[in-house]
Amino acid sequence: MIEKAKAIDLLVVGAGPAGLAAAIAAKKAGVMDLMVLEREEEPGGILNQCIHNGFGLHRFREELTGPEYAQRDIREARDLGIPVRCGTMVLDITPDKEVTLVSREKGLEIFRARAVILAMGCRERPRGALAIPGTRPAGVFSAGTAQKIVNMMGYMPGHDVVILGSGDIGLIMARRMTLQGAKVRACVELMPYSSGLNRNIVQCLDDYEIPLMLSHTVIDVKGRGRVESVTIARVGEDRLPIPGTEQEIPCDTLLLSVGLIPENELSLGIGVTISATTQGPVVDNRFQTNVPGVFACGNVLHVHDLVDFVSAESTQAGEAAARYLGGYEDTGATEVRVVDGPGIRGTVPQRLLLPQGEIGEGLEMMFRPDRVYNNCFLTIKAGEAVLVSQRRRILTPGEMATAKLSPQLLETLRNEKELRLEITAEKQVS
Amino acid sequence: MQDVIIIGAGVVGCAIAQRLGRYSGKVLVLEAANDVSCGASKANSGIVHAGYDAVPGTDKARLNTKGARMMQGLCSSLGVPYGKPGALVLGFDADSKPALEALLKKAKKNGVPGCRIIGREEILAMEPRVNPEVSYALYVPESGLVSPYELTCALADSAAENGVQFQMNTRVKSLRREGDAWLVQTDRGDYTSRTVVNCAGVGAGELHNQISSRQVEIIPRRGQYYLLDHTLPLSFQMTLFQLPTPMGKGVLVTPTTHGNILFGPTAEDIPEGEDTATTHEGLQEVLKKVRLSYPGANTRTVITTFSGVRAHEKGGDFIIGAVEGAPEGAFEAIGIESPGLTAAPAIGEEMGDWVAYFLKLPANPRYIPPTPVPKAFSAMTEQERRVACQTDPDYGKVICRCETVTEAEVRRAVRRPVGARDIDGVKRRVRAGMGRCQGGFCMTRVMEIISEETGIPFEEVSKKGSDSAVLTGPIGEARND
Ligand SMILES: Cc1cc2nc3c(=O)[nH]c(=O)nc-3n(C[C@H](O)[C@H](O)[C@H](O)COP(=O)(O)OP(=O)(O)OC[C@H]3O[C@@H](n4cnc5c(N)ncnc54)[C@H](O)[C@@H]3O)c2cc1C
Ligand SMILES: Cc1cc2nc3c(=O)[nH]c(=O)nc-3n(C[C@H](O)[C@H](O)[C@H](O)COP(=O)(O)OP(=O)(O)OC[C@H]3O[C@@H](n4cnc5c(N)ncnc54)[C@H](O)[C@@H]3O)c2cc1C
Repeated sequence: MIEKAKAIDLLVVGAGPAGLAAAIAAKKAGVMDLMVLEREEEPGGILNQCIHNGFGLHRFREELTGPEYAQRDIREARDLGIPVRCGTMVLDITPDKEVTLVSREKGLEIFRARAVILAMGCRERPRGALAIPGTRPAGVFSAGTAQKIVNMMGYMPGHDVVILGSGDIGLIMARRMTLQGAKVRACVELMPYSSGLNRNIVQCLDDYEIPLMLSHTVIDVKGRGRVESVTIARVGEDRLPIPGTEQEIPCDTLLLSVGLIPENELSLGIGVTISATTQGPVVDNRFQTNVPGVFACGNVLHVHDLVDFVSAESTQAGEAAARYLGGYEDTGATEVRVVDGPGIRGTVPQRLLLPQGEIGEGLEMMFRPDRVYNNCFLTIKAGEAVLVSQRRRILTPGEMATAKLSPQLLETLRNEKELRLEITAEKQVS
Repeated sequence: MQDVIIIGAGVVGCAIAQRLGRYSGKVLVLEAANDVSCGASKANSGIVHAGYDAVPGTDKARLNTKGARMMQGLCSSLGVPYGKPGALVLGFDADSKPALEALLKKAKKNGVPGCRIIGREEILAMEPRVNPEVSYALYVPESGLVSPYELTCALADSAAENGVQFQMNTRVKSLRREGDAWLVQTDRGDYTSRTVVNCAGVGAGELHNQISSRQVEIIPRRGQYYLLDHTLPLSFQMTLFQLPTPMGKGVLVTPTTHGNILFGPTAEDIPEGEDTATTHEGLQEVLKKVRLSYPGANTRTVITTFSGVRAHEKGGDFIIGAVEGAPEGAFEAIGIESPGLTAAPAIGEEMGDWVAYFLKLPANPRYIPPTPVPKAFSAMTEQERRVACQTDPDYGKVICRCETVTEAEVRRAVRRPVGARDIDGVKRRVRAGMGRCQGGFCMTRVMEIISEETGIPFEEVSKKGSDSAVLTGPIGEARND
């Protein structure tokens, strides 16, 4: 017996800050028939385990903890009557938006949605992905797993810690573990710069005298049952270990904060094109993917440092989905491709659709530089023509940067095929 | 007093135990690790070798082809993943042809059907990603794949259902004949038994040499691997070997039964049989050699690296049967290097029957044939999933998101006759934590379930036994900033 798929206007996958903001925006824009699906037992996403503060400075002008930030969206979604179904895992989405989900309460269900917003967040890169040689004992954790163990379960994953990678979660955990009485021996970073926010380096490492060892990596793990030591070494410009610089550090725990990967397995099933640079869907300025009616926002689209920007982006995605459901079509719109020029990695959106008629609002491009640049210029070009060349005091891969395109500037793009962002040492003029 | 003590719960020990389940007798398996399948049986290439490589006339050759013939039927009765995609043995220069012809001749002598030598065009038509500089290959249609740890666990369950006892965390220190019984001394006390069967993998040589007039030398030979994520479409359907060398079968590229890709193994002789570390040099070597077969090989989708240790006996053949020059009642299956996984069903059958014959054990009147391990949720059809959720709502709760493993399956992994007692044990049985995030998300939930099901306190749940606890205790009062 084949059961019929239930029809619904909008399904949002993931009830983290992205999914919640998108659903709230869609509902406010008039989408009545919608549902948010979340596999965890509570909404809030990764914020639930981030009990430190520093969330919401941009959006609320307040310093909130992760759960406090999430709570505001959860409450608003509830007040708006948006159904958020937890304990519900989306297993599969087909190109014609048939969504298969499973839950303990209702078993397997299939919905046919008119629009889908992907907001699945990201996962951490595990040790295996780096192929760190050595034994494979207990005591190697990704920093986010350690964060969950300490903050949500109330246990210590170890007492004598080395951290590999200086991503924000690793930095936050260096402080958290120290405050819980653990000894954090070092934070070891392969690159000559940290991938974390500067404020986290100061507040989480410097304040506790934890050395940040740039241009270093872990080359061996020892210990059969439990980690007994790790060996680190300095790396050269080729990022390969320099013989003779090895140093064995006794410890019982290795935390990894070596990158986040957008969780796009579902997206691939739909046929959504994934960018090799951002590892998230390729989207247009309405956060729509190449599959009509499928939108993406938050960490599944590109990894964010600040939740405030996740919320802002996701609000736009929710509004765009509402417009799509309202029958709005970009007929006759001009399409401009956005490409990463020298110095730029992973601009979002990757496509601009310029509507016919007057362009009412500007838009914000998000990007990361490929290394640290001081006193450089962010230059935006269409063909050889320089549209903007702005001075930037500092651009670092650890902090997502933005560039505003005004309505006037967008107007000038009507006859262009391609928009290019690049970083230049000097101010550029046409 | 036991009738049989089996030392070592690898695929060989478990296959023998399972066979002995057909007889009435008291059988005990002693295993040093916290679980079955913790030695070579968990870290190998998972190939069901067709049998073209072994020297004709040896036990290795005979048991290889016999085991390969038994494998598919055994796997379907146990519910263990098995596949038969075939293999290519690749040759890259003009003189590879005679070498491949010699292999073909061996294949025929060993009774391997269907092999033939094919040229470049046919090779590239079968596997377009193979190095276009390939010249010839031996095509081996009978080459198969099996999930080695799932096979070992399922054999252990079937043995246990028929009364075989398993005792983990027990390392056999010495064997001695006392009167008409064997005294088996372990780090957890002494046992007596009418017979002993030594299948202790890399640990077998030491025990053998205590009781035999013919000394053996088991050389631990390590093999390192890269494991890649299962991404569709598969980059390879078949197993790609290179021409064998005296050190082994060379570096291969193969899909696994679950659609992941393996690159490896190396072959390095190491001093210590339990040293399963990977090394930078070893992994580099794998990558370099694999590129000969598959120039496009890269590590972008690598999810883990691992190594296993072969128990290579200097003489080169398997040593099976009654222990030479030992008092009666001592049996062994040692030096079981590759293709030992393939041969295991045949070794189990022969050794089990031998020991039973020696003891004159009657047939087990209440023998329970294997109950197949239920189909994984991830492999079910939509309708099967619906039904599964209706019968057990725990199927509705996905624990491991990468491999889509449900709570029902994790619980069953612990409840099975020889159930998982640690995180790696759950992983080997139902794949929770085997995927691209390597347990980052599901580990703590798996720990909770192990704790609920076994009564092991949560904070004592380990990765792989006694000295591998995951947590170091509850958090205390936090210090203030
Ligand atoms: C550990 C960590 C620490 C951070 N620290 C800070 C900080 O200090 N300050 C700051 O401003 N920002 C911080 N950030 C950044 C910011 O909080 C995140 O970028 C933001 O939470 C991302 O929101 P999201 O909704 O995209 O993803 P998530 O919060 O990850 O939410 C995604 C949700 O989707 C669900 N989901 C995924 N797949 C499925 C499926 N198939 N079916 C059902 N549900 C599914 C997941 O369970 C999850 O709840 C941090 C991020 C992380 C990862
Ligand atoms: C790198 C590599 C690749 C391989 N590839 C293949 C392949 O593709 N196809 C194939 O057919 N075969 C392959 N093999 C061979 C196959 O894996 C082995 O032949 C097979 O697993 C051996 O099983 P076993 O039970 O003899 O040994 P193990 O699985 O090693 O089991 C021995 C057990 O004995 C226990 N033990 C040791 N000493 C003691 C003691 N004193 N007291 C109690 N317990 C003890 C150990 O803990 C262990 O669990 C490969 C092997 C390796 C290492």
